[in-house]
Amino acid sequence: MKKNIIAMIMSCVVFGAAAQKAEVVKLDKLQQIMETKSDKIRVINFWATWCAPCIKELPLFEKLHAERSDVKVTLVSMDLDLDPNPEKVYKFLDRKKLQSEVLLLNEQNANSWIGKIDKSWSGALPATIVINPKTGQRKFIERQLHEGDLEKLIAEVQ
Amino acid sequence: MKLIKPILLMLCFAALTAGRTAAPNYGVGDTVADFKLKNVDGKMVSLSDYKSGKGVIVIFDCNTCPYSKAYNDRIIALNKKYAAQGFPVITINANDPSDSEGDSFDEMVALAKRKKYDFPYLVDETQNVARAFGATNTPHVFVLKNEGGAFTVAYIGAIDDNARDASSASKKYVEDAVDALLSNKAVPAAKTRAIGCGIKWKNA
Repeated sequence: MKKNIIAMIMSCVVFGAAAQKAEVVKLDKLQQIMETKSDKIRVINFWATWCAPCIKELPLFEKLHAERSDVKVTLVSMDLDLDPNPEKVYKFLDRKKLQSEVLLLNEQNANSWIGKIDKSWSGALPATIVINPKTGQRKFIERQLHEGDLEKLIAEVQ
Repeated sequence: MKLIKPILLMLCFAALTAGRTAAPNYGVGDTVADFKLKNVDGKMVSLSDYKSGKGVIVIFDCNTCPYSKAYNDRIIALNKKYAAQGFPVITINANDPSDSEGDSFDEMVALAKRKKYDFPYLVDETQNVARAFGATNTPHVFVLKNEGGAFTVAYIGAIDDNARDASSASKKYVEDAVDALLSNKAVPAAKTRAIGCGIKWKNA
């Protein structure tokens, strides 16, 4: 019995540490993140809970977040574009226990801002930007990434 | 000197293959090559079948994408409104069904039946048509204008500016484009972008 209680408390602690309430942001906050000077390479991924290829590539970003202290990963959920209720995303984050920073972008009229993220972005998900804040070098890629792709993109801006 | 020829040949080959892999895609004003694809009723449909009309609203769409679902009734409404005015809708599904089960031909037939499609829902099995157009996501619209039997691109992009709710859309891009073409005016916004599901390419 005692063991069970300890196990329950332990799992609560682990769960509490793992769950995150992702911040809902507007475009200006995202642009600020993209422009901020830093020693860390910025990796920004645009995804959504409904996007199967996005979910498939999420572990690559989590691995990068865990293994590379010289890289800052931000996962930008686009779920609010279609569904204004963020609960589905929060539940997903609790279930998957994502450790990378997650933001929920709350902007309508996508045509007015997609080009500000990257001129070549059609708006299709998934999409990823790798930025070297020191040099301003950027790489944008609009497809599902596979093992090794992120490391290659990072090397290209270094 | 003997080496120059093979090197030149290699360079030519590299240039050719590079040209093939680079996505050729249509811009506004470009003439579209004819295509012929299988419809959900089993019959083949060509763009050239539409030569007697004023144009065509080509929409790259699919069964599974939540944006396609959100816009499904709006696509049906577009055909209802514009087919009689000479701009019928053609929908094309290019998703690789091995990567997206719900986009199999059988599922396409079922969706077209369930939603009583009165326009083609074509399967682009080789994905060659989607590649030629430069379609990237679903739903992705190309409004084509018939200029004496040659179809030229008049509009590329989204259906409107509100995926959540049709009644809240402040800009109806496709309607505005077709209305402009019908009254011989310039299309107000010839190219727009929207968030959407990337087309499920083979070997992506």
